[in-house]
Parts: sequence; structure tokens; C-alpha cells
Amino acid sequence: MLKIINLILSIGLLLASSLVFADGHKLKVGMITTLSGGGSGLGIDVRDGFMLAVKDSKDIEVVIEDDQRKPDIAVQLADKMIQSEKVDVLTGIIWSNLAMAVVPAAVSQGKFYLSPNAGPSALAGKGCHENYFNVAWQNDNLHEAAGGHANSAGFKNTFILAPNYPAGKDALTGFKRYFKGSLAGEIYTKLGQTDYAVEIAQIRASKADSVFFFLPGGMGIGFMKQYAQSGIEIPVVGPAFSFDQGILKAVGEAALGVKNTSQWSKDLDNKANKKFVSDFQNEYGRLPSLYASQGYDTGKLLMSAMNKASVKDMGSFREALRSADFDSTRGQFSFSSNHHPIQDIYVREVIKEGDILTNKIVSVGLKDHSNAYVSQCSM
Amino acid sequence: MTAELLIEQLLNGLQFGFMLFLMSAGLTLIFGVMGLINLAHGSFYMIGAFSAAATFAFFNSFWLSLFASFSCAAVVGVIVEKTIIRKLYNRDHLDQVLVTFALILFFSELIRWIFGAFPLYLDVPKILNGSIEIFGGIYYSKYRLFIIFVGLIIATFLFFLIGKTNLGIQIRAGQYDREMISALGVNISKLYTLLFGIGAALAGLAGALIGTIQSVEVGMGEPILILAFVIIVIGGIGSIKGALIASLLVGLVDTLGRFLIPWVLQTITNPSDAMSIGSAIGSMLIYILMAIILILRPTGLYGKKLS
Repeated sequence: MLKIINLILSIGLLLASSLVFADGHKLKVGMITTLSGGGSGLGIDVRDGFMLAVKDSKDIEVVIEDDQRKPDIAVQLADKMIQSEKVDVLTGIIWSNLAMAVVPAAVSQGKFYLSPNAGPSALAGKGCHENYFNVAWQNDNLHEAAGGHANSAGFKNTFILAPNYPAGKDALTGFKRYFKGSLAGEIYTKLGQTDYAVEIAQIRASKADSVFFFLPGGMGIGFMKQYAQSGIEIPVVGPAFSFDQGILKAVGEAALGVKNTSQWSKDLDNKANKKFVSDFQNEYGRLPSLYASQGYDTGKLLMSAMNKASVKDMGSFREALRSADFDSTRGQFSFSSNHHPIQDIYVREVIKEGDILTNKIVSVGLKDHSNAYVSQCSM
Repeated sequence: MTAELLIEQLLNGLQFGFMLFLMSAGLTLIFGVMGLINLAHGSFYMIGAFSAAATFAFFNSFWLSLFASFSCAAVVGVIVEKTIIRKLYNRDHLDQVLVTFALILFFSELIRWIFGAFPLYLDVPKILNGSIEIFGGIYYSKYRLFIIFVGLIIATFLFFLIGKTNLGIQIRAGQYDREMISALGVNISKLYTLLFGIGAALAGLAGALIGTIQSVEVGMGEPILILAFVIIVIGGIGSIKGALIASLLVGLVDTLGRFLIPWVLQTITNPSDAMSIGSAIGSMLIYILMAIILILRPTGLYGKKLS
């Protein structure tokens, strides 16, 4: 409760300070993210990470709205933020289908969009834009690393599944790009589905030697619990989304020992990350997730650009963003020519620290990894 | 495809059907007898799941949390009926929809305020963990069998309640002529409170049973509410028998459709197209089923004939 009051107060202070120091240096950020309904944990983490990063900046004003994971609402909010709030920068969207609905229109109206999460392939390839920057990953990335990990773990026959929406398709494409074995089965599930009895029965019958799945948020909780409960003992591999801090508690012991791939981990050994992890815990009283780290990095990137140029001078501001001159929680971080991160992707393992389930890094999956769509993007 | 897989999927369909029955039984009684459109039925499902998760966190007992789920949902149901729903019986359906929709928003925010936005944990008890060999090398999850079993018990209980007891006679009479039975001295407002409580309790129980193997999170009730409405329309409003048959029908059609359609399509196109087309058709299937049934029987399978 105190946290909520704090947050309201800090937003209030931000708004109040904007009245006092209304000058040309101010930058207005519109954050559209998922704060209610299924998947709200992701949006809340991105928001909290971002707000933590910009907490001490007097020149940033943030307007936060809830998209309820609905594309039509996200579009309305974006229109409102661009037309009546007159924001300079948009950010916050979690889901790729929402990003596809909002981002192309926003960037073509001369707004910057910094993505703290969704990185659909369409916006990395032919649909790339000079005002669009992705601070998290291109959607395929973590799955590519999972494919690579499946090779090195000696898996030859994998069963793969993901939800039927842009990021799900990118996930399976990414996995298949790196995985050298054969597929025991390939399934697209409904977005938001929580019962996987049908799919688990097919996995059982498929004689696969491993399972790869991309099921973010509550979907992954349901899948992992039911999978563990079904008594199938085929090992699973996945991207970090189903094994991250926000949901590990809900998955429970079923997740223990699972290898997952991530561009970030709580135990990454660099100064920026240590500061982020301890600040986040002090501020919100919980461990940060990878979504929180993405929100935080987005905020830090924005501030680094503001120190170099005014947002009114779009050309210089864009150059400042492109140079990515900030201390990322991931250590090394730079942008490829299509404005997506070049970064290391790690293989993590779910472990228990005391009573708390969390992750530790076991190896580097892909070093200085860029994305497969660079050549398709001409800007 | 093997026979084992097909049988396992049939069982999955049955399990899903019985789960839907727990949701739709309460909804159809409330709609049929009280004439009330209750959109907040999904909220009782969520309340059941959250009270189970909270109890589980305190006492670490699945059985206690199961008990907490339906009793909490029933208590909340009775309070809501006595304070809010009661004022709606004589209003038209639009008012009922508006108020019960507001209740959804209210309960979602309340739960988030109390428990936070992150999903909670509920676990299957040891005795129901893992799977069991049913016959001839066919393994099935013990917990899902348990859900089928609970569904059967509840169905039997409801048929007994409606068919063999005094209360059941009043409920059936209430469906046909509300004014007459109150003229005959039946305390109709007490009957309504009781019915609403039973409906909420069943939804709460369903929430805990499903929350145990899925995730307990805010907004978990809405997707299942839509299915429950589809079921009561297919089954015929007010009919428990209709709700049971429609639940099993929807459960089986949805489960088998999701699994068989892509499999059939694979014979004519490549696997990845077959999968995406198949899953798209699979999710439409129950609505197609509903349309066909409504064309053939406009009041549903066991609905009252239009006079």
C-alpha cells in the first residue's frame, strides 16, 4: 500500500514540477503498458523499472496508461498521447500484436518509440524505422539462443510450441534457425490459453527427447505446472519469460533446474546491474525481473540521449540514442543498424536461494548477438 | 496417431466439460430462475481461486483451501445478492448487465489491491500428483481424474437437489411462474439468496480446482465466463440437464477440435500452415457448434419451448 502511495506521490511530484519548470528542456514520455488483467505483472515490472531509472530526473514527465492487453485500446491511448498530451517519446508496450498496432503509426507521426519489450520481426526487417529503437531484444533472439543450447545439450528431436501471435511465430522461427535436430511436433496454441492438457498429451505421444516452449506470463505457469503434474520426464528448454522472477513463485518447484535463455540475469556481474538490483529491491521490496531490467535500461538510454541533445532536435537526439551511451544492466550493449540490441545472451538455470526460486547464469549462449533482419532493413 | 492419444484427449475433453459444468450450472440457475444476467459470475471463480491460494499459503493444505474456495465465494455471493443484486430483479437486462459488469471491475481491482498483480501459487496435493495407469498402458493425470470425479459428484448432487427435494420443486416452479409461487407462500427472496449463493460456491470451487493447475491471477474468470454463457445458451437457459450435456459437448468439441483439425489438415498442407490454420478453426469451433444448435433448436437443447 505504501508503495502505491509513494508511486502516486512521485508521479504527482513529477507533474507538479513540470508546472514549475516548464521550459524547453523538458521531455514528455507516454507509457502505454499492460497494468490490468492477465499479463499485468509484465507491464508493472516494466513501469517500475522505467520509473526507477528516471526517478531523479527533473526533466522527464511520464504519462502512464493501461492498455489491458487489447490492441484497440492501445491504439486509442497512442492517439490520445500524441494528439492531446503531445508526448515526445512513446514506450511501454509488452505484447507484439499491440506493438504492431501502435508503433508504425506513432513513428511516422514523428514520435520516438523505445520498446522495452516487444520486438516483432516485422519492425526489425522491412518495417524498420529511424525513430523506432528496441532496447530489449528482437523477438527471435532468446529463442535462437535456446535452439543453440538445445544443440549443445545433445537434443535431437524436439517438440516445440508457442502461442499463435506475432511473437509466437518469431519464437519458433528463431528456435528453428539455430536448432539442428528434427522436430517431433510443432504447435501453435491460442494466446491466453491456460489449459495445456491437449498439447501435453501430444508431447507424451510424440516420443520427443526435449520440449521447447515460449509461453509468456500466466500461460507458462499453467503449462509448467500441468507438465510437471503429468509425470512426463522429457526435459524442457525455454526463453526466460516463463522462468522469470515475477512468476517463478507461482510455477513453484516444477521449474527447478530448468535451463532458460536470457539477455539479463540478477547475478550479472557489473556495476550498473548491482546498483539496479539493490535499488529495485529497496524501492519496491521485491526482486527485479528481466522485464524490470528492460524498463530500467529504456529509462537510462532515454536519459543518456537527453544529456546529449534536445528532443526537439530530432536528428541529434536520434544520433544520441543510436550511440547507446549508457551503463546497461547487461554490461555490453550497442545497437545494430536496424536499432535492435547487440548483446550477449546467457543460459540460466532455475535454482533455489534459501526459500526463493531464482536464476543463475551457467554459460554464455550467444556472444555479441545481433539479429537476422539487419540486411532487410534499409534506413 | 494412436488410440492411447485419442483416449487421453477424450478424457481431457470430459475433464474440461465437467469444469465448465461447475461454472455454467450456477449461471443457468441464476439466469433461468431469477431472470438475472450475472456477468460477475467469473469474479466468483476468481474469488474462489484467490481464497484457496491465500488459505494454501497459510495452512499449506490443499483440502482446506478447496473448502475455503467455495465457502468464501458463497459468502461473498450472498452478501452481493443481499446488497446489490436484489435491487435488480425488476429492472431490465441492460441495467443488470451494467451493474454486474461494474462488479467485475470492482472485484478485479479489489483482488489486485489485496494480493498484488503477480500470480499466486497453489499446488496439487501429493496424493493426486503424477499420473495413473487406467487400463492397457493408458496413463492419465490423477488430478484431472479427480476433477472429473468432483464434477460427477456435483452433477449428481444438483440432479438430486432439483429433482427430489422440496427446494428443487420451488426452484423448478420459480422458473415457470415467479408470482404464483410467492403467492403460494414460498419466501422467494430467501430462495433467490440461496440460489445465488449456490451458484457462487460452484464457481468458486471451479476456480480453486482450475487455479491449482493453471495460474491464480486477476482476470482469470473472464475467458471462462464467455464459455459458460455459450453453454447455457446451447443447453437451454435454466436447465441443469442442458448445462451438463452442453458442457460435455463443448468440452469435447473444443478439445478434440484443437487436436484433430490440425492433424487432418496436415495431410493436405505443410505442418506449420496446418497448425496455424487448424488452431484458428479450432478456436472457432464451439461458436460454430452454437450457431448450428441455435438454428436447429432456437431455445437450446433443453430450453423451454417458445410460446
